[in-house]
Amino acid sequence: MAQMADVLIRGGRIIDPGRGLDAVSDLLVLDGRIAELRPEITLPENFRKVIEIDATDKLVSPGFLDLHTHLREPGREEEETIASGTAAALAGGFTSIVCMPDTDPPIDSPAAVEFIRLQADRANHCNVHVLANVSKAGKGEELAEIGQLVEAGAVGFSDATQPIQNANLMRRALEYCLMFDRPIFNVPDVQELSGSGIMHEGMTSMLLGLPGIPAAAETVMVGRDIILSELTGGKIHLQNLSVAESVELLRRAKSRNALVTADICPQHFTLTDESLRSFESNLKVRPPLRSANDVTACIGGLQDGTIDCIVSGHSPLAIEKKMQELDQAPFGMVGLETVLPLVITELIRPGHLSWLDALAKLTCNPARVLGSDRGSLEPGAIADITIVDPEAAWQIDAGNFVSLSRNTPFHGKSVYGKVEKVFVQGELRFNSTERRTMDV
Amino acid sequence: MSSSETEITSFHQQWTRPHLLGLEELSAEELTLILNQAAELKRQTNQCKTKISLLQGVTIANLFFENSTRTRTSFSLAARRLGADTIDFSSSGSSLSKGETFIDTAKNIEAMGVDLIVVRHRSPGAPHLLAQNVRCGILNAGDGPHEHPTQGLLDIFSIRERLGRIEGLTVALVGDIAFSRTARSNIWGLQKLGAHVILCGPSTLVSRDWEKVGVEVCHDLDSILHRVDVLNLLRIQFERQATRPFPSVHEYAWLYAMNRRRMALAKPDILIMAPGPINRGVELTPDVADGSHSIILDQVTNGVAVRMAALWLIAQRNQELVPSQT
Repeated sequence: MAQMADVLIRGGRIIDPGRGLDAVSDLLVLDGRIAELRPEITLPENFRKVIEIDATDKLVSPGFLDLHTHLREPGREEEETIASGTAAALAGGFTSIVCMPDTDPPIDSPAAVEFIRLQADRANHCNVHVLANVSKAGKGEELAEIGQLVEAGAVGFSDATQPIQNANLMRRALEYCLMFDRPIFNVPDVQELSGSGIMHEGMTSMLLGLPGIPAAAETVMVGRDIILSELTGGKIHLQNLSVAESVELLRRAKSRNALVTADICPQHFTLTDESLRSFESNLKVRPPLRSANDVTACIGGLQDGTIDCIVSGHSPLAIEKKMQELDQAPFGMVGLETVLPLVITELIRPGHLSWLDALAKLTCNPARVLGSDRGSLEPGAIADITIVDPEAAWQIDAGNFVSLSRNTPFHGKSVYGKVEKVFVQGELRFNSTERRTMDV
Repeated sequence: MSSSETEITSFHQQWTRPHLLGLEELSAEELTLILNQAAELKRQTNQCKTKISLLQGVTIANLFFENSTRTRTSFSLAARRLGADTIDFSSSGSSLSKGETFIDTAKNIEAMGVDLIVVRHRSPGAPHLLAQNVRCGILNAGDGPHEHPTQGLLDIFSIRERLGRIEGLTVALVGDIAFSRTARSNIWGLQKLGAHVILCGPSTLVSRDWEKVGVEVCHDLDSILHRVDVLNLLRIQFERQATRPFPSVHEYAWLYAMNRRRMALAKPDILIMAPGPINRGVELTPDVADGSHSIILDQVTNGVAVRMAALWLIAQRNQELVPSQT
C-alpha cells in the first residue's frame, strides 16, 4: 500500500466538530501533520512531491476514535487479533481505538499493556489506546497497580464487561486515579438485579418466557457512579447507556457539572427488545436491546449532548459460540465496521443529528474523554483523517468484514455512507478501492 | 379407502405449517382443526388404546434436553398408536457436555433417517433454532417457560370434551405464570377460541403486564371462584426460580391451594385441571385432585389424542415423508 506523509485533499466538505467547522475546502498534510486548511490551496513551483486526492462530494473528518473495542488478543485469537481488529477499525473509519482489558491473561500488569502496544505497532494499522484492569485480574476485589499501569501507557481503567459491583472499590479507584488524571470506565449493571437475564425485562420477555434484565439494573448503578464521582471528584465514563432513566440521571448530573461522560452503541439507538421475537442470538447483547421508549430517550440524549460519544462496542465472537441456544450463546456483537453507516442512516438522514453533532461523538468528544490530542483537523494536529462518501448506498454484508468475526444482526441491512480512505499520521492506511488486498 | 379414513384425511388438507412451535401464531381455525383431528383419532383408536397405521414407515425422534416422563411417554405412545417408529434421545445436562452443540446433535439424529423431531429444551426458542437448521418437521414439547403447544391443546381439548365449547367460558390459570410454558400456550389458545382468561397467583409470579394482552389478572383466588368455569392449577416451577418468589410453600398453599374450603366457594359444576406432575398439598389437596370435579386423568389420555393429531398433521404437511399415501 502506498504510504504518503504529504497529501493534498482537494475540494472536500471539511467537518471539524471540535471547532464547529463545516465548509468546503482544501486540506494540506505535510510530514504527517495538518499543515493548512483553506479553499484552493496552490503549492509553490518546485515544492516537494505532494500526492493529490480529489474529495469532491466527499466528507473529510478527523479520524474516528472508538472508546470500546474488544481485541481478544491475547487468549481468543480465533475471534480477533490485534492485527485483524485494528484493520477492521480502519475499515470502519477509526484511526484510534481503546481496547478492553478482558483478555486472557487480563491487562492488569505493565507487561500486558506493553504487549498490546507492541502488537499494535507491529500491525501498524490504527492507534491503540489500552484500557487496563481497575482491579487485580479483573476480579473486582482489590485495586490493580494503577500507577505502574499508567507508566506503561494505560489511558484509563475498567473491568471491561464486568461492572464494578463493589461501591467501595469504585470509590477508591476514583480517588486513586485523581493522582494520575485517568478516567474510570464502567458498564453500569447491578448484577443482583440483572441476574441470569438474557434480554430486556418487559412485555416481550414476558411473552417469550425469557429471563429479563430490568432497566433498573443499569439506572441504579448510573446513580451510584454519579454520586461517587461527585463525592471523590474523580472522572467516570459510563459505557453502553441504554435506558431512558439513565439518560435523565446523567442529564441532571451534567447540569451540576459532574465529571461524568457517557457513550452508546448503535444497536441501542436502532433496535428494540421486540426484535428478540426471532430468537436470533446476534441480538443478545449486554446491556440488552431496550424498549422503543428507551431508544427515543437515548436519541434525545444524543441530541442534547447528554450522551457524549458513540462507540462500536465491538465484541467479536466465534460463530460456534453464537450458534447455540439463546441461554448458552454469549452476549455481544461486532461493530467497528457498521458504526458509521448506522449513524448516517439512523441518526443523520432522519434529521436527529447534524453531521457536526454526529461526528463530534466519534472524534473530538471521545478524544476529550481520554485527554487525547487526536480528533481534530486544526493546523499542527496529527493528520488522522477519514474520508467518507456520505451518499453511497449499500447493504451490510458480514461476509465482507475485515474482522475475523461475523456476529452482527445488521447483516443484509440497507444503509448509506461508506468509508473511502483513512489516513493515520498522514499515511494512507485504508482505501476502499483496494481493501481486498489489505494485509490483515 | 374406508369412510373413517376419508374423515381423517380431510383435515390435513387445510393444515399448512411444517412445524408446531407454539399456539401464539395459530389461528382459531387452525386450533379447531387440530382439536377436531384429535377427537377423530381418539375415536379411531378406541380412546387411544388401539393402533392404526397412518404413519407406518415414519420415524419420530424424541429429543429431550430437559427431564420429562409424562410428555415424552405421551409423544412416544401417540407415535406408536399411529404405527410410527420412535427413538428417544435424552440429555438432562447441557448438550455441550460432550463438546457437541445442540444443533449438531439434532443434525446427527436427522441424518440417521428421522422424519419428525419432538424437542424439549430449557431455553426458549430452542425449537425455533432447530427449525431453521434441520429439514424435518419440529414439534415443540416445551421450550423453557415459553410455550408447550400440545399441553395447551390437550387442556383445551379436555375442556371442550366436557363442556362442549370454549367460547364464553371463564378459565382461571392459577399459580406460577411467570415460569409456566403451559400458561402461555393456554392463554393464546383459550383467547383465540373465545374464552375469558384469568391469571391468578402471587404478584411476584403474575405480572400486571399480562392485562395488556387482554387477560384478567388477580391475586386473590377466593374472590374469583364464584365465576370460574374451569380452574387450571399450574405447578410451581421451583427448578426455574433463581430466588424464591414467595416466602414458603406453606404460605403459598395457604393463599392458593385448592382445597375443600375453596371448593365450597366455587361454582357447583367447576372443572378442576392440572397439567401435572402435581404437588399434592401445594397446588391442590388430595381430595380435590381425586374428587368428582377433577379431570386430571382425562387430560393425560387426551394428551395422546392431541399428540397423535399434531404428529399426523405435521407429517402430512411434510408429505414426502409418508410413503404410502396415494
